[in-house]
Amino acid sequence: MRTKVMKVLGSQAFWRGIVAIVVFLVLWEIGSRSKMWMAYEVFSPLREALGAMGFKKNYLPWVGAVPAPSGVVMAWVDVLGHAGYWQSWYMSFLRVIGGFAAAMLIGIPFGLMLAVNRVAHGIGFPTFEVLRPIPPLAWVPASIIFWPTQELAIMFITFLGAFYTIVINVVGGAKSIDVRYFHAAQSMGASRWDIFRRIVLPGTLPSIVVGSAVGMGITWEVVVAAEMISGGGSQMGGSGGGLGFFIWNSYVGGSYEQIVVGMISIGIAGFFSSELLRGFGSLLTPWLKVR
Amino acid sequence: MNDVHAAPATRGKILIDDVVKVYDPGGAAVMAVDHCNLEIEAGEICMIVGPSGCGKTTLLNAIAGFHDITSGRILMDGETLCSAEKPKAAPGPDRIVVFQNGALFPWRTNLENVIFGPVMQGKLTVADARDKGRAMMADAGLAGVEHNFPGEVSSGMRRRVEIVRALMNEPNVLLLDEPYRALDSLTKSVMHESLLEIYYKNRVTIFFITHDLEEAIFLGHRVAIMTTRPCRPKKVLTVDIPHPRDYGVLTSKRFRELIEETSEAVHEEARKAFDAGEKEG
Repeated sequence: MRTKVMKVLGSQAFWRGIVAIVVFLVLWEIGSRSKMWMAYEVFSPLREALGAMGFKKNYLPWVGAVPAPSGVVMAWVDVLGHAGYWQSWYMSFLRVIGGFAAAMLIGIPFGLMLAVNRVAHGIGFPTFEVLRPIPPLAWVPASIIFWPTQELAIMFITFLGAFYTIVINVVGGAKSIDVRYFHAAQSMGASRWDIFRRIVLPGTLPSIVVGSAVGMGITWEVVVAAEMISGGGSQMGGSGGGLGFFIWNSYVGGSYEQIVVGMISIGIAGFFSSELLRGFGSLLTPWLKVR
Repeated sequence: MNDVHAAPATRGKILIDDVVKVYDPGGAAVMAVDHCNLEIEAGEICMIVGPSGCGKTTLLNAIAGFHDITSGRILMDGETLCSAEKPKAAPGPDRIVVFQNGALFPWRTNLENVIFGPVMQGKLTVADARDKGRAMMADAGLAGVEHNFPGEVSSGMRRRVEIVRALMNEPNVLLLDEPYRALDSLTKSVMHESLLEIYYKNRVTIFFITHDLEEAIFLGHRVAIMTTRPCRPKKVLTVDIPHPRDYGVLTSKRFRELIEETSEAVHEEARKAFDAGEKEG
């Protein structure tokens, strides 16, 4: 373990990454402070040039309008002490996990059924394929009407985000299992149930893992948007908004630093959920590691 | 290598009687096998030589029960496997295929692969099957890789694991479909000796498809040279080099003579297949 850490610390790629991040942050800081340094006389040609292009004259376009990283860190430190911020994390996680778990529980058996049963495929697949192109966010209004609580409505949207991806991966994975495995198992006396349990299931597992990891990513994309559009479950007394609502609320309230805090928080949350899934997935498919 | 353990096989005699296989009879009507007749004795190593795509695998699939035949019949020990009335044989542990690219289950360790057959058939408990599997793997020079996944061992070892997995079913017939095609020639020669060693300990009928004439003459009691699509024996050669054989055979005078006798027939069919392929492509 120790040597592994040393190896990473000694590698050029690691330091290259660190330097890149530092340079990025420094440029960002300088850029967002452009209102200060652009006031100097030296930069008047630049100001005129920007003005000629239709931009604001007193700061750099795009980056000049974004809060500086130092400000973001300050806002973050400030918000760490607020229960509302952590409540946002909690609510978003709850919705992601709820929708995602439902998508796994329904999507995996459904996908397997479509893959192994011709009748089920004939009945289920056309409907599925018509519904699949509808973006989950297009379901937001309908979902709010369908479900008794806003919480369930948001969870349903996140469910849809993961569901299609998981089903498509399961069906594709099960169908791409080499026919030789079925022949071999049949020759060796395996029953239909044995073939399902010992060939189809493990043969599909890698695709299930991939589908879940991709589905988890989509779930985070969708939950944030659903929270923004639906007003973040405001019947929970304002604190039930989730990270998407946190961002929206910060925008409405004009605290631009907090917008960035919310954005980075979602990045972190998504990264850890995917890593967790990937780790769990590689435990389930130990034979894939060896290649 | 000289101690021959097993008694001669009494089961596993295959009779291929006037078998015809036409793909897509209503449409393109491609004739893959044309009135093929071949009798394989119990415990015989019968090598089927023919150019790629000549229809020999179709024959193997018919015996194994993976594909149907159009007419004729295939018998094993006097019992009908398939015929015009029942065109597709039921796959069973008495006829096990070792596939061209290997069909070890990648998600099971080598030992778990090896015990699959007897456990599925309910012939052995998992514990007994493990004991037997370990012993047979050790016998085939596979001690130490029992708990590795197939993907973790060399392709030569994978082939051996697969042959052990097949033999665990105590089949009458082993159906090998170019099992050593993907191996380099050095590994191949090791695999040939090891296959013979396994064979001397477990006398089964071996139906071995290849396009490598040297491999065929080195291993086989008889070599059936097939015509290219449609497939039927063009010439059946009896290899009068006594078993047990070892690597030395490859440099013997008789081996060279047999190669010379047959290579023209093989080359002729390969030429035909090549020309036909050019026309299609």
